[in-house]
Amino acid sequence: MAKKQVVSATINGNATEFLCEPRQTLLEALRDNLDLTGTKEGCSNGNCGACTVLLDGHPVVSCLVLAMEAEGAEVTTIEGIAPSEGLDPIQQAFLENAALQCGICTPGFIVATKALLDTNPSPTENEVRFALANNLCRCTGYDKIVRAVLDAAERRKASV
Amino acid sequence: MHEFEYVAPRSLADAVAVLSRLNGQAKPLAGGTDLIDQMRMGRYQPGTVVDLKKIPELVRLELSSAGLRLGAAVPCRVINEHPAIASDYSALKDSTHIIGGIQIQNRASVGGNLCNSGPAADSSPSLIALGAVCVVTGPKGTRDVPVEQFCTGPGKNVLQPGELLVELKFPSPAANSGSAYERFIPRYEMDIAVVGVGASVTLDAAGETIISARIGLGAVGPTPIDATSAAALLVGKSATRETLELAAEAARGLATPIDDMRGTVEFRKHATGVLVRRVLETAIQRAKGLA
Repeated sequence: MAKKQVVSATINGNATEFLCEPRQTLLEALRDNLDLTGTKEGCSNGNCGACTVLLDGHPVVSCLVLAMEAEGAEVTTIEGIAPSEGLDPIQQAFLENAALQCGICTPGFIVATKALLDTNPSPTENEVRFALANNLCRCTGYDKIVRAVLDAAERRKASV
Repeated sequence: MHEFEYVAPRSLADAVAVLSRLNGQAKPLAGGTDLIDQMRMGRYQPGTVVDLKKIPELVRLELSSAGLRLGAAVPCRVINEHPAIASDYSALKDSTHIIGGIQIQNRASVGGNLCNSGPAADSSPSLIALGAVCVVTGPKGTRDVPVEQFCTGPGKNVLQPGELLVELKFPSPAANSGSAYERFIPRYEMDIAVVGVGASVTLDAAGETIISARIGLGAVGPTPIDATSAAALLVGKSATRETLELAAEAARGLATPIDDMRGTVEFRKHATGVLVRRVLETAIQRAKGLA
């Protein structure tokens, strides 16, 4: 077996060291080694976006990142989006707009939405749909998700 | 996934040393959006994965009077965010902003897209249109390969064991020139090209006569196709629809597509002609500064 390696990264704001095998993806290391099971495994080939996390602030599918590549990086998972009390406005908007049913895709959508709204606080519906093209939902038909994201944008503006 | 070692060399020399020492048993890793999936599927089982993203030459994007130098591991997002690429190398941005979704664009590189050597790669027709040259380095030194000679078959290219694509060099855009890329897919995003066409056009100072043109075709042959004979029909002619139709008809004749679930031979040939005309129209509009 290839020797386990130490990876040092900042995960959800905390300096973290973890052991992983070189063959482990970031998704596997987050879930299996670090117990951060909020990030979901969907297709494991980059199509569905369920495993979306932020790597140095940019959304990536963690099933197509090796854990070793996170050395020195900042990783934000769904666990790092919610404040210690309550919910992030994006999460609240998803809840109130019923933008989820089974919920497996939801962490990925919320992380991808955070990246979108951090760079584009007032997206159009079209921009939302393109920004979330790499996230699949087989329950909602997307309409409620798109409305939740537009609502989240309004909530974030109201809260500043 | 199978077991492998991971190394992240910090210099080109170290990367070449490890790749040649392992003599084909190592795979270079750029964005990983193809490689990691291919390893998971068992298509490749390298003993060592060589991450290239710590090597300065591989992650450099440099624009100067000599043109554009694009490190092979630069992710699509960095290209998309660069205003001078949007204006001077429009076809490249047309490609990189439709490869996968945002998550893929944050990782996937043009160099990786080329080295994966898929016939339907979205960036390859644009690289042909823009006259890119591949800088390849290996144990025997560095060589330049014109991009249209890089791919040799589906998933195959000219790289020898131990060799590495370092960067792509693009000439500076000529005055009164423009370029574009378009693909046909049955939806708006997140799909593989049924046909993809990239083109660049240079007009005379009056903006009426075509001085030179390049056309690249994707997904209609075992490799991306440099449609030189179709582009040659444009030279010296006025940029009218009739002229563009001549090139479109010639490009249809150069396409050698296969039938598959994405499209039939007949459809792909037809769509090649349609896209060649449309992409030339966009490139001409851009050459005139109108789009």
